[in-house]
Amino acid sequence: SGSCTKQWQVVRTYQSADAKLARFETAIDQDTEESQNNAQRMRALVQNLRQTIDQIVAGTDAKSIQRHVSKGKLLVRDRISTLLDPGSPFLEFSQLAGYKLYDKEEVPAGGIITGIGRVSGVECVIAGNDATVKAGTYYPITVKKHLRAQEIALQNRLPCIYLVDSGGANLPRQADIFADKEHFGRIFYNQANMSAQGIPQVAIVMGSCTAGGAYVPAMADESIIVKQQGTIFLGGPPLVKAATGEDVSAEDLGGADLHTSRSGVADHFAQDDVHALHLARRVVANLNIKKNITLTTEPVEEPLYPAEDLYGIVGEDLKKTYDIREVIARIVDGSRFDEFKARYGETLVTGFARLYGFPVGIIGNNGVLFGESALKGAHFVELCCQRGIPLIFLQNITGFMVGREAEASGIAKHGAKMVTAVACAQVPKFTVVVGGSYGAGNYGMNGRAYSPRFLYMWPNARISVMGGEQAAGVLAQVTRDQRQREKKEFSTDEERVLKDPIIKRFEEEGHPYYSSARLWDDGVIDPADTRHVLGLSLSAALNAPISPTKFGVFRM
Amino acid sequence: HAKPQASPSASGFSRILIANRGEIACRIIRTARKMGIQTVAVYSEPDRKSLHVDMADQACHIGPASSNESYLNQQRIIESAMKTGAQAIHPGYGFLSQSPEFAQLCADNGIIFIGPSPRAIGDMGIKSTSKTLMENAGVPIIKGYHGDDQSIQKLKFEAKKIGFPVMIKAFRGGGGKGMRVALSEEEFEQQLESAKRESMKSFGDDAMLVEKYVQRPRHVEVQVFGDHHGNCVYLFERDCSVQRRHQKIIEEAPAPGISEETRRSIGEAAVKAAKAVDYVGAGTVEFILDPVRHEFFFMEMNTRLQVEHPVTEMITGTDLVAWQLKVAAGERLPLLQKDLQIRGHSFEARVYAENPEDNFMPGAGSLTHLSQDFDLKDYGGTIRVESGVRQGDQVSVHYDPMIAKLVVWGEDRSSALRRLRSVLTGYHISGLSTNINFLTRLCDNAAFQAADVSTDFIKERHSELFPEGQSPSPEQLAGAAVALSIQPKVVQSDGSAAARNDPFDTIKNWRLNYNHSHIVKLKQKGKEYDVRVISKGGSDYRVSTSGKDMKVEVAVEDLNGSQQFHITVDGTTSRFSFVRDQAKVMLFTQDGNVEFEVPAFKYESLLASKESGADEARAPMPGVIEKVMIHPGQKVEAGQPLIVMIAMKMEYVIKAPRGGVIKKIPVKQGENVKKNAQLVYYEDQTAS
Repeated sequence: SGSCTKQWQVVRTYQSADAKLARFETAIDQDTEESQNNAQRMRALVQNLRQTIDQIVAGTDAKSIQRHVSKGKLLVRDRISTLLDPGSPFLEFSQLAGYKLYDKEEVPAGGIITGIGRVSGVECVIAGNDATVKAGTYYPITVKKHLRAQEIALQNRLPCIYLVDSGGANLPRQADIFADKEHFGRIFYNQANMSAQGIPQVAIVMGSCTAGGAYVPAMADESIIVKQQGTIFLGGPPLVKAATGEDVSAEDLGGADLHTSRSGVADHFAQDDVHALHLARRVVANLNIKKNITLTTEPVEEPLYPAEDLYGIVGEDLKKTYDIREVIARIVDGSRFDEFKARYGETLVTGFARLYGFPVGIIGNNGVLFGESALKGAHFVELCCQRGIPLIFLQNITGFMVGREAEASGIAKHGAKMVTAVACAQVPKFTVVVGGSYGAGNYGMNGRAYSPRFLYMWPNARISVMGGEQAAGVLAQVTRDQRQREKKEFSTDEERVLKDPIIKRFEEEGHPYYSSARLWDDGVIDPADTRHVLGLSLSAALNAPISPTKFGVFRM
Repeated sequence: HAKPQASPSASGFSRILIANRGEIACRIIRTARKMGIQTVAVYSEPDRKSLHVDMADQACHIGPASSNESYLNQQRIIESAMKTGAQAIHPGYGFLSQSPEFAQLCADNGIIFIGPSPRAIGDMGIKSTSKTLMENAGVPIIKGYHGDDQSIQKLKFEAKKIGFPVMIKAFRGGGGKGMRVALSEEEFEQQLESAKRESMKSFGDDAMLVEKYVQRPRHVEVQVFGDHHGNCVYLFERDCSVQRRHQKIIEEAPAPGISEETRRSIGEAAVKAAKAVDYVGAGTVEFILDPVRHEFFFMEMNTRLQVEHPVTEMITGTDLVAWQLKVAAGERLPLLQKDLQIRGHSFEARVYAENPEDNFMPGAGSLTHLSQDFDLKDYGGTIRVESGVRQGDQVSVHYDPMIAKLVVWGEDRSSALRRLRSVLTGYHISGLSTNINFLTRLCDNAAFQAADVSTDFIKERHSELFPEGQSPSPEQLAGAAVALSIQPKVVQSDGSAAARNDPFDTIKNWRLNYNHSHIVKLKQKGKEYDVRVISKGGSDYRVSTSGKDMKVEVAVEDLNGSQQFHITVDGTTSRFSFVRDQAKVMLFTQDGNVEFEVPAFKYESLLASKESGADEARAPMPGVIEKVMIHPGQKVEAGQPLIVMIAMKMEYVIKAPRGGVIKKIPVKQGENVKKNAQLVYYEDQTAS
């Protein structure tokens, strides 16, 4: 009827005005020399990243790979692809784990591939040993990566699928993997406790599963083992021979036939890798899991501006400033950003947007944090927690403001309020380090210690307690003061000799590859992939219900 | 025929029963509905949920699958009409449409049979009678024997008199049933036997006639219509020359290459034929047309509405079912001869569940996918899709395997043919073999385009219509492989917005910092193809197969349940739809459909052949051997019972886990066995 049409038109006008209000208009000219230079440098970084990852994916031990494939076994990434739903993306974590970590020993991807993908319609954490890397043995970084994958599963309530093909502990490094709290035993502790919380644990035994490793399938809710390929035993044939003198083949001692028909250690008998992975898909199909999203959703809209623009906006030089809103506009739906408190504490940008139709609150840096910026940040985190809106932090921060005036105005207590708010926030939190991540700025902006669900770095990012220059400057000043007290001279040459190695070391240790190799983050990503990565991370995080937040005492 | 027919009310019928199924039942319901007439459908057991039942206002169950007990069950149909208060019965085509007994039974029960009088049906239904009648009426007929002496000797004698080749036909025949050609005296008896058998089965009568067989004849038929007031018109002719197994697959109107003079004389001959039996309603007079001399001979008259009637409707702008309903209700013909003229050209293609590659062997099965990529509304009535099935329906072995009739209209023959081709490639079916590709090739055939047709067309043009050794193009392989790589995952059953929004659904095949690469295996006609698909992010792919490396860009669009792919291979865009059905994938391209098989995984064949280690014949429980049914050295088939054992008072039959030769049976009758004890060893197994 006529009245209906009229009403509809009113709503439409209102909505279009609404949309216009939120739309961010870019001020970037991609054709300027500066943009072009920026783009060129960032492209070089991205290219380096892709080349490095290509090598890691290809693997380094050609002989092992050849031997593995010749047995009819699939390579671990092919196993994962076979397990996933056709077309499913795979959000892989920490590809750089173990990168240049053990001197000359190369442990590509830390010897284990972890990530999130769709299996039978359910998002699952998958952890697969790479048997072509040191026979799949656990290095300290392998343990750390395995535990991190389990932590992700726990925080986001994602079923775990373990593709087991590992020789167990790397014996020469046993001291760094066995005894401590966050060591090997924690894997099984996590399995038991996740199972207790109703987070399914599924294991596919596709190779050896020796000693401690035997507990992965044994502790799983449901397990699959591959014929004449998977073995599970507490002591392998050599150990049995040594201990009891018994001569027994690996297959007879702990093969698929034995474990599925006699011991009951495994549940399903698979003909080969593909069969095992397809059986696992059936196992997941029978988990009776439904993702229950309580957030409001809107139709997905691509950003107005292409993601590749980010190269020209950001560049490589962390000293150069740019408007973080330009970055936000290339990540969020329709480049729409409802900014909150735009005129106050301007060095921190806060506001609401949609990512793949889901609501998000975004906090980004536009310079050093002042007291007002910190208060604004704390306020905004409170808003998001109150409303149950996930938070995204775009970190590019040198730190909080220093100096007499700042201290006198209580920057420390204002900073503390922001840190308290971020630490206590129970909504899913995500962090992307898009530039510098220094000092207390790292804390206020949801660094690793604040348990973001996921934390990623751009290849241009740097992370350290302070910048190399500043650190060298501080140390030079301390030395100068000391010399002065001793009435000695401190020449510029001496200063340079002191400062250069410090700057160099900070530069090396602050590099994202260095960070990622040690699992200080969940991966280094191409800036142009940020929307994808955050979207998948957010979707995965929504598998867990959002708990209400209770904040600690805010120092007033 | 003394009983008067029941007379309808002045305003026509208010309710009719349709004694048929499938597309024709649906077709009649549509017109009836337009005229404000209620419809009653009848259905057999397997048709309980079919489209015509859904469409009708009322429906009556009339029996089991077998036609004899359902759609040919006269009594049940009459009862259904009485019960529902239907004033008239439309018989459609086939089934009871040409049964004088049924027409009479209707009359006896005061129900109007929508068709000619029982006498007209009877006279025209018996070929010998009809020929005599036509001869007397001055309609040209072909030489033949239609006598009562049905002895083999007499028939053979007459055949020789006419001269070979001859056509042997059932008196009561129709639709190509009970019809054979004998090229020589030698094969006469064999063909006669075969025709008799088929006739007996189809019509319950095996009386045969023999007549001259015209070489390369054209099959031209004239639509006629008569009313109760003595009017009779012809609605021009149709050419139905292209036939397989003596059944039509493509029809057109008007017949190409016919002069106005011939058109008028054949039309008038047809009207003469109809008037000879005081014909009322829709009928078709079939002629054999000599393509060289343009002479025509009366073959037979079909006293019903025919399958191909829509092509006539398309060129004359009429609704013949509406005419039938009006005439049966006693009204005059809506148009007279002077009002009728031909406008444009029309084709009808019959889509069958059959395999043209296997001598058009009829098929049956489930229509797992059925869609059309065109919207009828966009064509302003120039396209009709007449079908009685929907996606998910079964094409039953019990009835005619026709799935649909695709009818098109064009300003002239070539534009109509172009449209027919595009409608054919836009009509998408998977789940069973169809003749769509064959019909498409027919549209592309130069001789067909030139209207150089005869009833032997398919035989004559066999090599053109069935090209040898067609292998899939790299582009088709790339299309199928990419489509398989990005097919959507089962969305959660509630289909919530979140599930559709979800980046796990939309960011296809994405990998962090590297390109996902995998091999898709496809099989066609026993040959396997490896296609490597590298996902370059977004809609860009790199595909290599058969030594060709292609840059592929894909855009996907959901269309009536199937996915429409716009695929650009090295800069050239083409469009196809993609349907996956278990191990089969179908690409519907602009050049017809392409079917691939997705080969089974190695483990699937391993499981099928049970060569695994865990499939030995073992005791499922502790128990006693009751009976040993095999001996060493015996060859056994998989599944064959080997041993019977009793455990916990239950009998267990131990069956062969696979085929092979038995080497040893380590147990004997009466022996106690433990759980899991191996009971039988094969030759290729080591006894431990």
